[in-house]
Amino acid sequence: MNIINETATFDAIDRKIIFASQSGLPLVSRPYHALAEQVGISADDVMVRMQRMLDQGVIRRIAAVPNHYALGYMANGMTVWNVADDRIDELGRSVGKLDFVSHCYHRPRHLPDWPYNLFAMVHGHDRDEVQEQTARISTLLGDACKGHQILYSTRILKKTGLRISG
Amino acid sequence: MDSVDRAIINRLQDGFPICAEPFVAVATELGIAEADLITRVQKLLDERVLTRFGPMYHAERLGGALSLAAMKIPPHDYDRVSSVVNALPEVAHNYEREHALNMWFVLATETADGQRAAIEKIEHESGYPVYNMPKLDEYFVELKFKV
Repeated sequence: MNIINETATFDAIDRKIIFASQSGLPLVSRPYHALAEQVGISADDVMVRMQRMLDQGVIRRIAAVPNHYALGYMANGMTVWNVADDRIDELGRSVGKLDFVSHCYHRPRHLPDWPYNLFAMVHGHDRDEVQEQTARISTLLGDACKGHQILYSTRILKKTGLRISG
Repeated sequence: MDSVDRAIINRLQDGFPICAEPFVAVATELGIAEADLITRVQKLLDERVLTRFGPMYHAERLGGALSLAAMKIPPHDYDRVSSVVNALPEVAHNYEREHALNMWFVLATETADGQRAAIEKIEHESGYPVYNMPKLDEYFVELKFKV
């Protein structure tokens, strides 16, 4: 992935909008008007700019993020896989298409401690469900995978969104 | 949490409109009043059923750097190191996991230099090495839960 090509252009006003909205949308009837007041531009301008950032992928989406524990997804496994480098792109895309996988990334190994280069987050109501999901990934990867582990989260120590300075 | 709350959680994970009165638009879809929707979203946030509501920014497309990092912390020192790590505003998420590498956190910085500086600071203040695992490729990201 070429980070430079993926960097979109955004100006000082966009930056103010990002700063004003990064911790959440105001919970008022006209949230974009409220942002506009903070930023000092018109509400139409805020909406046009946010729509543009959404189209460019600067904003992934405007949505609610649930606390998976509160919704009964008590078993959250970070599954990690040691996958042949020459097949990781093809297999990573396949794993990412499984409906119980929420995030799927290629990351660097740290040999000898950490041989795993493919990460897939899976979420189940209990560990049995996570183990079934992991078995499905294992089948999909087949011989291209030389080992895997499930790292269960046992505590959220911190959870906030992205922060930029104003 | 009742059936209306569940419908709200499912609906709001799919995206929120950009228009003058977006809560009216969503409330109409759900067949409830706008004021009821706003009150319930506030309550779901207060009760931590929702952790966030709003735009999710793409760090790399803002020119920023995002990484997953891990540390191996002995149990007797865990709470101290957790405080050190959490104190950095660059640390967006931090999870305890069952593994020799038992602390996993996401670093969101505005620059690659900022990421290096944050890691050095954590290593210096904690006394333990950081295993940095920035993504090389992203195959899928979409966290949605049906309730």
